[in-house]
Amino acid sequence: MAKITFDGVEVEVPDGTTILNAARKIGGSIVPPAMCYYTPLQGSGGKCRACLVRVAAGSAKDPRPMPKLVASCVTPVQDGMVVENTTSEQVLNVRKGIVEMLLINHPLDCPVCDQAGECDLQNFAFEHGVSTTRYQEERRTFEKIDIGPLIQLHMTRCILCYRCVYTANQITDNRVHGVLGRGDAAEIGTYIENVIDNDFSGNVIDVCPVGALTDKTWRFKQRVWFTKPVNAHRDCSHEKCPGRVVLWYKGKDVLRVTARKDQYGEVKEFICNECRFEKKETADWVIEGPAHIDRSSVISANHYELPVLNQQVIADLPESSVRDLEQNPPMKLGN
Amino acid sequence: MGRKLLTEHINVEGIDTFEVYRKHGGYRSVEKALKTMTPDEVVEEVKKSGLRGRGGAGFPTGMKWSFLAKPEGVPRYLVCNADESEPGTFKDRQLMSKLPHLLIEGMITSSYALGANTSYIYIRGELLYVLRILEKAIAEAYANGFLGKNILGSGYDLDLHVHPGGGAYICGEETALLESLEGKRGNPRNKPPFPAVQGLYARPTVVNNVESIAAIPVIVNMTGDEYAKIGVGRSTGTKLISACGHLNKPGIYEIELGVPVEEFIYSDEYCGGIWKGRELKAVVAGGSSVPILPKELILKTAAGENRLMTYESLSDGGFITGTMLGSGGFIAMDETTCIVRNTWNFSRFYHHESCGQCSPCREGTGWLEKVLHRLEYGHGHMEDIDLLVSVAKQIEGNTICPLGEAAAWPVAAAVRHFRDEFEWHVKHPQEATRPGAVYPGKAVLA
Repeated sequence: MAKITFDGVEVEVPDGTTILNAARKIGGSIVPPAMCYYTPLQGSGGKCRACLVRVAAGSAKDPRPMPKLVASCVTPVQDGMVVENTTSEQVLNVRKGIVEMLLINHPLDCPVCDQAGECDLQNFAFEHGVSTTRYQEERRTFEKIDIGPLIQLHMTRCILCYRCVYTANQITDNRVHGVLGRGDAAEIGTYIENVIDNDFSGNVIDVCPVGALTDKTWRFKQRVWFTKPVNAHRDCSHEKCPGRVVLWYKGKDVLRVTARKDQYGEVKEFICNECRFEKKETADWVIEGPAHIDRSSVISANHYELPVLNQQVIADLPESSVRDLEQNPPMKLGN
Repeated sequence: MGRKLLTEHINVEGIDTFEVYRKHGGYRSVEKALKTMTPDEVVEEVKKSGLRGRGGAGFPTGMKWSFLAKPEGVPRYLVCNADESEPGTFKDRQLMSKLPHLLIEGMITSSYALGANTSYIYIRGELLYVLRILEKAIAEAYANGFLGKNILGSGYDLDLHVHPGGGAYICGEETALLESLEGKRGNPRNKPPFPAVQGLYARPTVVNNVESIAAIPVIVNMTGDEYAKIGVGRSTGTKLISACGHLNKPGIYEIELGVPVEEFIYSDEYCGGIWKGRELKAVVAGGSSVPILPKELILKTAAGENRLMTYESLSDGGFITGTMLGSGGFIAMDETTCIVRNTWNFSRFYHHESCGQCSPCREGTGWLEKVLHRLEYGHGHMEDIDLLVSVAKQIEGNTICPLGEAAAWPVAAAVRHFRDEFEWHVKHPQEATRPGAVYPGKAVLA
């Protein structure tokens, strides 16, 4: 076991645990963001640099600080390690820089992107970035490629986290896509135009942190925050598929089916394509009940009473609203 | 003229054949090591010699070797990094094509010291003709009993393979090199684990530069203590410097570390001064990724001392007023050189060669290049100059491998030392973009 201090909080974890997972054991707002690391996928992590933290003391034996910021998702803890995340100005500044880098070539087409509302990059930029850009050049674009009838690839939105590559390697039977090219011309693609067709290929949609890989059967159907997620299961004939999913309802219609995710957006159990793409009737499923929605999620917006309003900011609020506010005083931030 | 340890016989007719090389004292170190020394004694000699990695970082080779994990029953590997692709550096190519047996001799002695029974030379893909020279030399070494089973009756076995890369600069980074050698995409790995613990095929591995390995026979033959007497302070031995740019005599020079930079540029023994009788403007002392220095700072340190060709003296003053010896790619620029264009050219290289794995480098190298392109072609703004510094800072230190730094340092240094020239490009775009335009200098402008 190793005892580490993360942002002033002590936590004890087994040897070999990564700094990120130690922080997740503490939980809360001190957990570094992760755009490429994905617990179920072996070898993932270290690429996006969103989770960089400062190691103020390497270990009890060698308490020197590490010279550079380290990627917390791939760096194992040492006994006596002292890590700074939100308490380090340097880390927060570097993270702003990472947001900027990830966004300079991102099309920012959130208004027409199906991922909007459940996009890791959106959340990351909102929480850690700045709202302006210093980039004036043309954003890079790619030739569109078709990877089959089920999955839509938008290469311009990709942040090259490699998650879908690891998924194809580790979850499906064979991988036909990968990263081609290098530098900022690197792209996800199939070397010779090829259809990604495999019983578990749909999982690349769930692991994609951005809108680069989306579900063609759900494309442009509805904004995610207008749908209701409901846990459900069925007896899936596929031996590797647990059949436990989330159905996304709009009214009575099941608009899409996804795997269940934990609070860090990581898939708990990978599901097969039959469950994902073909079973879109309530009759196919045994409904368990509403899926948990994180309070901070955009999906929950407006689902909770009492809007948080700041009267000073909105100077000329319509009279009806002012009256409403007096009768129902808004929740104060911080309470 | 300094002593030549590596290149003493480089111009002998037929030195690339086994017979001629052997006649000139070749493979003596293999005999000495295998017959009279234990592997640990060889490592000890290398430690005593103070040899520092010649690939750029300057990490002590002996220390690197002693970090190699040696679990029982697990093979270890020695990999020679011959993927020399840094702009300005071309020493290994010459060494390998002229003296292939020196590298092979070094590989045998080093592999013996590390207990490796299979070793690899990972050679840059563009150097196919050198690959053929090496393969021929390896075949000769096998035929003469210096490679294969039971070398010289000592019971030590070694197989040596040459493997060409696919043409990516990034594969010169040691973990990317190992990935590429394993047959995967050449993406650098996250560290830890370091190659000394988990390298090639997840086995303990040492990766050394060609020149470092070629120095091992010399050290074994002359003993580490003797080798350590050459040079200045912690910079021991000789170093190959590939000098290029606006020099009268560009080429590859073997120098004893400690030669003053001024002597290296101006003396007839070495580069013979700047061509066409012009003035020196700036020098990139160790390959394109090290900070560029103006004439005043490359000849003398900020404290006014003479700068020497050593690891310590060149890095005197840190990155504010110093640079690095790097891999010895010495690029001299005369007064007509446009620093903005040169920096753009370097940036274009790193933009092209970034592997695209981690975000700061993938996006940042392209950004730097585009801003520099804008400045060079007369569309820049004053804010762009600070933007360059800021972007470089965002890349530096936040990437998986040192390519990010290699891309950021030259830009940051060029702005630091030649800001007035960048400003001239912004203020006088028409003048600056005229073909053959020369920056008139601060004094003239004022």
